Amino acid sequence: MIVRILGEGQFNIDDTATTELNRLDTELETAVEHNDEAAFSAALHGLLAQVREQGAPLAPDSLEPSDLILPRQDSSMDEVRKLLTDDGLIPG
Amino acid sequence: MGVMKRVSLVFKAKANKALDKMEDPRETLDYSYQRQLELLTKVRRGVADVATSRKRVELQINQLQQQANKLEDQARKALGMGREDLARAALERKASAQSQLTDLQAQYAQLQAEEEKLTVASQRLQAKVDAFRTRKETIKATYTAAEAQTRINEAFTGISEEMGDVGMAIQRAEDKTAQMQARAGAIDELMASGALDDAVGGRRDDIQNELDMMAASSDVERELSRLKGEITAGAPKQLEGGANGNSQATQGQAQGDQRAPYAPPPTQASPQPAGFPEPQDGEGS
Repeated sequence: MIVRILGEGQFNIDDTATTELNRLDTELETAVEHNDEAAFSAALHGLLAQVREQGAPLAPDSLEPSDLILPRQDSSMDEVRKLLTDDGLIPG
Repeated sequence: MGVMKRVSLVFKAKANKALDKMEDPRETLDYSYQRQLELLTKVRRGVADVATSRKRVELQINQLQQQANKLEDQARKALGMGREDLARAALERKASAQSQLTDLQAQYAQLQAEEEKLTVASQRLQAKVDAFRTRKETIKATYTAAEAQTRINEAFTGISEEMGDVGMAIQRAEDKTAQMQARAGAIDELMASGALDDAVGGRRDDIQNELDMMAASSDVERELSRLKGEITAGAPKQLEGGANGNSQATQGQAQGDQRAPYAPPPTQASPQPAGFPEPQDGEGS
């Protein structure tokens, strides 16, 4: 499975690691829904750390689309909300 | 559905929308490649802009550092002259320069990190654009328009995801750079107007003025006492006394103010031993 961290690049991750990723992802989503900045930041950092630790970076010249995409490390909750709407942050 | 999946779907939807606009899939390849090249140029310009901004901040950091050092120097001199009030004023200004400095240093570090990220992003985009070009030529040469569709979709979705990512990174860097430029401009303006000069010790430097005045007035005092010495010594013995008075005065100047109070003890010392025996005698009897 291919995961992209915005601003960092893509990682190839073994499917067995997804359980933990999904758990943290649910935490992240709940935090955004509840407007809980502290929980948001903790969940995001946890997710990114997992991906970096478990994943192998994809070659720079690969053109594969990602299965999952994660916000940048220093994203605010507001930025993530915009990212989830179609005409939000992504240009073009 | 979690955040990760939703974000990736937003990216895919964006790519599909762009693909749908194209009637001939081969046209998509060329159009996309053009946009990739444009984006590459934009990223490189972004890196250069961040670097320029970073250098400007670096220059201001150096200027502020010099001013902080100068103020500390002034504080030391003022203390040496026994002017604690002046030393305190200099140190207060140094603290304000120092806090500006700390702010700038933090922002410098941010800009540096942004520059590194953008540099890496531009290298990654370059590698992907090169790969896309090769893939595009293969698809054009090997497949019919209908067959090519799936291949094109794959390549296009992959590269458009990267372009979206890089596009956001540039946007972010541009925002940061604009903020920094505004701040650096404000500091430059302050320095030019003299407002910050006064606060951190530039041309209109009242602490330096006062230190200079004190140094000048102590020179005057020294000259005065030298002349006084010449006159008192010159009255009885004209030649020898004048020469002695001169050499004493220059000695006093060279060795500092401590020499001056050193001279009198011989005259002051005589009344003390003379005075002491009396109470001793009184106690004894």
